Amino acid sequence: MTEPILETRGLTKSFGALVAGDDISIDLRKGEIHAIIGPNGAGKSTLIQMICGGLKPDAGQVRLMGRDVTGDSTASRARAGLGRTFQISALAMENSVLQNAMLGAMGALDHPWRFWRPVLARSDLRDRAEACLDRAGLLELRSRRVADLSHGERRQLELAVALTLQPRAFVMDEPMAGLGAGGSARMTEVLDALRAEAPILLVEHDMDAVFALADRISVLVYGRVIATGSVGEIRANAAVREAYLGEDA
Amino acid sequence: MISERMLNLTVIGGLLAVALAALVLDQPFTITLATRVAILSLAAVGLNIALGLGGLVSFGHAAFFGIGGYAMGILAYHAQTYTPLDLGLFTVAGTKSMPVIWLVAMVLSALAALLIGLLALRTSGVYFIMITLAFAQMFYYFTLSWSAYGGEDGLSIYIRNGFPGLNTLVPIQFFGICFVILCAALYLFHRLEHAPFGLALGSARQAPMRVETVGLSPMRLRLVAFVLSGAITGLAGALFADLNRFVSPTMFSWHMSGELIVLIILGGVARLIGPVIGAVLFVVLEHYLGGMTEFWKIWLGVILLLIVLFARGGVAGLLSPRKVGHD
Ligand SMILES: Nc1ncnc2c1ncn2[C@@H]1O[C@H](COP(=O)(O)OP(=O)(O)OP(=O)(O)O)[C@@H](O)[C@H]1O
Ligand SMILES: [Mg+2]
Repeated sequence: MTEPILETRGLTKSFGALVAGDDISIDLRKGEIHAIIGPNGAGKSTLIQMICGGLKPDAGQVRLMGRDVTGDSTASRARAGLGRTFQISALAMENSVLQNAMLGAMGALDHPWRFWRPVLARSDLRDRAEACLDRAGLLELRSRRVADLSHGERRQLELAVALTLQPRAFVMDEPMAGLGAGGSARMTEVLDALRAEAPILLVEHDMDAVFALADRISVLVYGRVIATGSVGEIRANAAVREAYLGEDA
Repeated sequence: MISERMLNLTVIGGLLAVALAALVLDQPFTITLATRVAILSLAAVGLNIALGLGGLVSFGHAAFFGIGGYAMGILAYHAQTYTPLDLGLFTVAGTKSMPVIWLVAMVLSALAALLIGLLALRTSGVYFIMITLAFAQMFYYFTLSWSAYGGEDGLSIYIRNGFPGLNTLVPIQFFGICFVILCAALYLFHRLEHAPFGLALGSARQAPMRVETVGLSPMRLRLVAFVLSGAITGLAGALFADLNRFVSPTMFSWHMSGELIVLIILGGVARLIGPVIGAVLFVVLEHYLGGMTEFWKIWLGVILLLIVLFARGGVAGLLSPRKVGHD
């Protein structure tokens, strides 16, 4: 078996008495979508933060393409190839859609230490940004202010910015949330095609999307992975049905 | 409602027109007031890079203003007394040359901004405000007791420093120097704002986590902004000292830091022309209200309160609301 692109080993995190991550070991392999599901407050976002660098784990390791990145900053993990989308959109609200996407392109292709030429005149950054906006279905809205976008459009922009990075692995926190049925279906299509470029660690509540997309599913409950398996295995798993699907689906 | 470009040209053109009219009408004091506006604007343009673009509420920019002032004062003092300036390892001669003084003022204030920034930028919010204030106060108390350069009495410079080819003692010529530098700083601000650096810095203000997840460091962006900001405010300090031919610890006082923030809020935070509008209002109020009542700052406070409550974009925002968008 080849080395996983992304791997966690025994990630543990508590907030006071609350254990939000308990010895989490998962991996993400080339070409796959690995979905993480679990009830609200299970620790999914906490896991993503530990992977991407926003939270320091109490114990355990994050490995990206075989390299231990646990001590690295968020920025250096991003440069090493982690492309993340946020559960609650983290976008520059006063800026335009295109400017947000171009920030991603700048991070991927260049550095910010240019003080003179207008960034919008940088055709290399602009081409990359517009191509990614197009894939996310946002090209039409490129000059719109982000604050004026709908919730769903912001989710699309989250995706577009991650695309500009051309990462080695995507880590997405609920990209379908608030998209509505049509938007969800379109996002499902985009993600389906995307896994060929880079594997996706997908946290998602939308079970239709998860069952349609996932190659593997891990179920997180109270910070612990209680099961990992194929869609069929997870659907059949009694403990999962009781802990999660039973109450939700 | 007018376009932003129109507003910018009107304000800048208006400042120039006032100075020229005062020249024709032989009103040198009005030229001096216009020069004061230009210099305070310049200081606030510097602060606007940190505060407006970077969202860094520095309550200590008087530190850079004062460093610029003392750079001028000390160099000119040694030149006028023909005494060498002892730097420990070696000594240098003083100078009365403006370009040299400006360079020294900018380098020293940039260095100070680097040191202060490295420490203060680890914090945010109120802590950042307090730490920047504390640094400026350190300079204030240090110069109060720095008897070699006048202590609390400050330092008088008898003849204004020189600029090749100009007679800086002629008010309109000194105004011209300050005005050209102000225009250059405004142009720099405009380029910065739209350059890749400005996009990254503005994003770091609005969504720092986003900036990190595209692989950039908000901290470094802010530090560079803070250094540029300090250098420009330092240059303004050197000009301010030359305008008054006097430096004293009051250049480092927290009132000065506060005034610069007030100028920007009055005019419009992060707006190119905001600092200039703010400085015009400030100097006009200071001069006319200040002539009528000692308590003119209360009225300034009332105006400030109204702006904060009802016009968040300042006067620039009222006259020319910001449009977002591009082709
Ligand atoms: N910074 C923090 N300090 C204290 N508690 C926290 C912190 N972040 C998260 N928690 C707690 O940790 C638990 C896991 O939170 P997390 O956001 O990871 O859940 P989640 O699985 O993403 O939930 P959701 O499905 O609602 O997004 C929750 O009980 C939450 O309240
Ligand atoms: Mg979550």
